[in-house]
Amino acid sequence: MDSPLLPHGVKRCSTWAFFFWTLPWLALLAWGGLSAFLCLWKGLNQTNMSNVFAFALWIVFDLAVIALGAGAFFTGFLTYIMGQKELKNIIKPAVIIGFICYSGAMAMLGIDIGQPIRGWFIFWHANIHSMLVEVSFCITCYLMVLAIEFIPIILENRKLEEIKELRIFGHSLHEIMAVFAATGTFLSFFHQGSLGGMFGVMYARPFAAREGFYIWPWTFFLFVLSAIACGPCFTILCTKLTEFFSRKKLVPDSAIQLLAKISAWLLSLYMVLKIADYLGWMYGIIPRSGLTFESFFREGPYGVYLVVCEIIVCGILPAIILMVPKGRQNQGWLIIACLLNCTGIVLNRFLFIVVTLAIPVMPFDRFWGYLPTWQEWGIGFAVIGYGFLLFSAAYRYLPIFPKERELNPITE
Amino acid sequence: MKKGNDHGKHKYGMVIDIDKCTGCGTCMVACAAENNVSVRADQSDKERTITWMRLYKISNGKEFPHTEVSYFPRPCMHCDHHPPCVSVCVATATKLDFNTGIVSQIYTRCIGCRYCQAACPYGARYFNWWDAFPQDKGMDRYLTPEVSPRMRGVVEKCTFCHHRLMRAKTLAYAEDRRELEEGEYVTACTEACPAQAITFGDLNNPEHEVSKLIKHPFTFRLLERIGTEPKVYYHSSRDWVRKLGDNFLPGEYTPVVNKTWAEEEWSTKPGRDEF
Repeated sequence: MDSPLLPHGVKRCSTWAFFFWTLPWLALLAWGGLSAFLCLWKGLNQTNMSNVFAFALWIVFDLAVIALGAGAFFTGFLTYIMGQKELKNIIKPAVIIGFICYSGAMAMLGIDIGQPIRGWFIFWHANIHSMLVEVSFCITCYLMVLAIEFIPIILENRKLEEIKELRIFGHSLHEIMAVFAATGTFLSFFHQGSLGGMFGVMYARPFAAREGFYIWPWTFFLFVLSAIACGPCFTILCTKLTEFFSRKKLVPDSAIQLLAKISAWLLSLYMVLKIADYLGWMYGIIPRSGLTFESFFREGPYGVYLVVCEIIVCGILPAIILMVPKGRQNQGWLIIACLLNCTGIVLNRFLFIVVTLAIPVMPFDRFWGYLPTWQEWGIGFAVIGYGFLLFSAAYRYLPIFPKERELNPITE
Repeated sequence: MKKGNDHGKHKYGMVIDIDKCTGCGTCMVACAAENNVSVRADQSDKERTITWMRLYKISNGKEFPHTEVSYFPRPCMHCDHHPPCVSVCVATATKLDFNTGIVSQIYTRCIGCRYCQAACPYGARYFNWWDAFPQDKGMDRYLTPEVSPRMRGVVEKCTFCHHRLMRAKTLAYAEDRRELEEGEYVTACTEACPAQAITFGDLNNPEHEVSKLIKHPFTFRLLERIGTEPKVYYHSSRDWVRKLGDNFLPGEYTPVVNKTWAEEEWSTKPGRDEF
């Protein structure tokens, strides 16, 4: 039915099969739509957020998808600035994943603030001392950059390419993509960093507070590093998932291996610095506040196991697997390592957001726990549904994998 | 314009005598009524109710008959040094006034991101999870005309009854005075406390009672080590109460045993905990 829209020389499932594939994701979107409507109409009392958990599931989701979406800017940086031509085979899906992550995060933030209509006050009444202002400015600008990077990919659609003006416009944008890759890298560095800075500057919350360099707490640099360590792994995971569902090879191993290797080095460096950060914090900020590391996990549902999981299971372990050539060349191990790496980063964000707020600072206050409502899950899952839908549509209608035809010749 | 608060003309603050506080909660009620704090029919969800002034019950943790119980009334601390909530606010909706030392909140500018709540270690900031008041119950007739009710989706907090300062200033100006006398401007909780446990005044004015009380060795502040420099001080002759005002590693807390309140001088008599 939609065959004139499909890219040349590649095989795609039938329209009906594609329609049924989209149903579960549309259901997630509907769930999210209902949740969003309730939250906007009745207010944030529809969530289980409270004066204790001022930040909760949505902020964890936001920070997680923004870290995972870092594959876009980092792959762009490696491809266009560092000249890693091999990565041209994966840059388009990376950009689309980035766009999905950032636009999803922005949509969630729009519902998360108590007065969504006043969202523009961030820009109008900007408090330049606030890390969150830097985050908002950079994310908004970077989403525009991602949209610009996405446009030429959309214009490669078979039907759109037939229009001469659009074709020329798309190709012209391609020519100057390095400029946008550089802009994206600059913006991403600052918002990934200031997302970390947001928590490091909370000096009255000893669990999150960090020392640092000039105005930037160490979390600023650690968040940048962790994002570029896990972003490529998330891109690999999405590619592998697409290969699994489409039952074909889409990206040459060399590109995947290069990304995995780069990720391995970055994750290893991150682990070394993160452990140093933990030690510096345990022997610096914590005792200065009159506390001990154990005192943070005295009660409540969040225990030391989270930190052990973050550092050892989801940090050192995937770093070793990815570092060893035999480990990353084995498909199973590669996927496990990428999954663990991404989980570790999400866990890190969870610790900084939910666990920070669950721990009381006043000695006579109590520990708290938090479980999201279905409305909160709905909006979180809607972003996943939106991601699947957009990526599936992009895969179906756009030639996002340049080597697909070469790797899967149609023999008819 | 004054550059820093230390050079500010006034620095309003309070001293709460924990030994006098009976935990009756009048300060909470007076505060809520005075400041149009929103209520709902069901106030049992304590994680989401709004209590600008909140009482925390504390205990020395000892078995009967040595058990002692006390209360920490906790308003906003109006932190004097780099208030954790002010620098993080995205829309400049909260500000430390260098002329009064009061940390204000502009409700109509707050976007409800709640970053300030996350940054405040005292839990003194509250988000409006629901619409302000039930519209059809006639509760608007009980509102204080000087205080604007807050809309859903914004953060609010104790303002040291800022409208009372405005009222006192207006009165003083009408009488051709430029300075307020001690007691002309006090918060609703100070006025309401039946045990007179709260003393309010200008910490910069050596004539004011508060500026004398804060020099007493039994006076302390909540989470002093973090460096927020609260302008709310507490006073207790009991070491276990003072110790609960901050986090201490074993052996770090130094009891004030040699100073007795009655004699106002250093002596060899033990503190109250020793009896």
